[in-house]
Amino acid sequence: MINLQELHDAILKGNAKAAKTVTEQALAEGHEPLKLVQEYMMPAMDEVGRRFECNEYFVPELLLAARAMKAALELLRPLLAARGNQPVGRVAIGTVKGDLHDIGKNLVASMLEGGGYEVIDLGVNVTAEQFIAAIKDKNVNIVAMSALLTTTMPSMKATIDALKLAGVRDQVKVIIGGAPITEKFAQEIGADGFSESAAGAVAAAKKVMA
Amino acid sequence: MTFRELTIAKPADLLFGVAPKPLTTRRGMTLGGGLVYPELNFTLPPMFVDATTMPEVRRNYQQIITGAMQRAVELEAPGVVVEFETLPPMTENPEWGIELTRILLDGMEDAHAKHGLKSVLRITPNDTREMERPPRMRSGKLYEAMLQTFDGCAAAGAELLSIESVGGKEIHDEALMMGDIRGVIFALCVLGVRDMRFLWTELNRIAIKRGVYCAGDTACAFGNTAMVLAEQKMIPRVFAAVVRAVTAVRTLVGYECGAVGPGKDCGYENPILKAITGFPMAMEGKTSACAHLSPLGNIAAATCDTWSNESVQNIKLLGGMAPTCYMEQLIYDCRLMNQALADGRDHALLYRKWLVNSDAGLDPQAYVLTPENVIVIAQAIVSAPTPLAGGKAAALAAIGLLCDGQKDGRLKIHPREMPWLDRMRKTVEAIPANETEFISEMMAVVDTTKFTAGDYDL
Repeated sequence: MINLQELHDAILKGNAKAAKTVTEQALAEGHEPLKLVQEYMMPAMDEVGRRFECNEYFVPELLLAARAMKAALELLRPLLAARGNQPVGRVAIGTVKGDLHDIGKNLVASMLEGGGYEVIDLGVNVTAEQFIAAIKDKNVNIVAMSALLTTTMPSMKATIDALKLAGVRDQVKVIIGGAPITEKFAQEIGADGFSESAAGAVAAAKKVMA
Repeated sequence: MTFRELTIAKPADLLFGVAPKPLTTRRGMTLGGGLVYPELNFTLPPMFVDATTMPEVRRNYQQIITGAMQRAVELEAPGVVVEFETLPPMTENPEWGIELTRILLDGMEDAHAKHGLKSVLRITPNDTREMERPPRMRSGKLYEAMLQTFDGCAAAGAELLSIESVGGKEIHDEALMMGDIRGVIFALCVLGVRDMRFLWTELNRIAIKRGVYCAGDTACAFGNTAMVLAEQKMIPRVFAAVVRAVTAVRTLVGYECGAVGPGKDCGYENPILKAITGFPMAMEGKTSACAHLSPLGNIAAATCDTWSNESVQNIKLLGGMAPTCYMEQLIYDCRLMNQALADGRDHALLYRKWLVNSDAGLDPQAYVLTPENVIVIAQAIVSAPTPLAGGKAAALAAIGLLCDGQKDGRLKIHPREMPWLDRMRKTVEAIPANETEFISEMMAVVDTTKFTAGDYDL
């Protein structure tokens, strides 16, 4: 009999191979996929997030944990879908037009994946049209925008305005982030949520979807 | 040019304001010739840059240069370096970058004609190659426009050519986030070195054609990204310190291909390059807090020949427009350093000691940049037969310095960072000496969709 705590620990320690092996064994023993996610995997990622916030973990440990989570999820996703379980949310993420910075954006993408979201990464220098296409074609319910330059911040407002013009604004929640971004700016441009840090992005996504 | 030995071998000779191979500009400023000059860098407030906003863009740069030069005159600065870092639209549309260069040069000429203020312009176009993913590093519209911007700005009168090039960044970002020193060395000492050689050969052609200088590049996208991530507690500071040491291997290639300084301001690795090449170097520290925070606010000035503020937006502060305010701050900092120089070498070295010791023990990234430790790292690099060997040697030298410093009580390292030193040492020691073998190992594990291997001769 597999000790399911090993799945929790494998994710906590960032051991993708062990996470995958334990998941395979757990499924072979007939454990419910949703139970594995809710009782072992998500709590592991919550603990990873806590340790990162408390400066016990650095980003490499956090990303290794997210990779381990992803490795296990890849085995579970088809089974969850077959049982009618949807991902927590579907996010289109990108750095806005004119901006090439992507480290923060990549980190948020990894954390959202670790948090159970399906992430469509549009990359950098992303136009409003690309975000709109993702909403229409990929059925996303969250748009996450990143900007690191004060000169590209205006692209965030331009994108939100374009979503309205395209008639898709009401289909999504918009969260924004990046070094020069403030809550005030987020409110001014009509975003639904804002995160001061990559670590806070999952909480911001949960908040806007509540 | 190949550097096989140090130009500055003694720590006491690594000093602000003095470089063995100074550079004299058209207006007679000698950078590294015994005075430290302020180097002002600026950018626009939050706004789009396109054809419709160009009148406002022009007005901003006009205002910036007029205000800043006026303050420099009022404070009797001996001379000023002005750096124009373009924004991507200005590099994608070379005629905009060139026009704005002329606006700045007109303002500088006006200050010279009326008040005798000497100045020189550094032009730093964006490396817009990365706007395409994967980037095309050696051809294409973006690359051609970038070179046109360099050429046109140099023809207009910009005397110093610089860039913050990004060759190798495609892999380096991921390596930073994963704490992967192998990936860092591959990105900097294999990919980065190859792109630097290509790019700076091209830039040197432009410099020769236009009678200007290739000034230098910086591993900003590598070492400073690491520094900012460490500042945000995302990666260990010891890791960022070792990355910093390795970045010098990549930056050195610009000088091997004809750059003569002053090295670009955001290259915190510049003291290592000064020790190796003897060329003057720009540095930034506390006065670049307007752009980013750092643990190197004072020590960065210890070996500078121009003193910079990195970048400040043209916005109104209580004291005036921000670029004008920062020009003042830079001039005062330079006055202090120049007074120390004027009072004699011992006084200058004492001031340097204060700049160094106020930072060195508090952060590994500062510790590796003390003059003594810079010489150790620089020696490790020039003693190595290849850039890969240089990267390994720089990393191991930095790790050794950090371990010794912590053991001797000269450096504080947080306990949760200590295991990283041994982990990095073992990883670096295991990197093959043979570059072909290392490339083969790395190409099997990196995401090869992120870069164009042919652009790196792979």
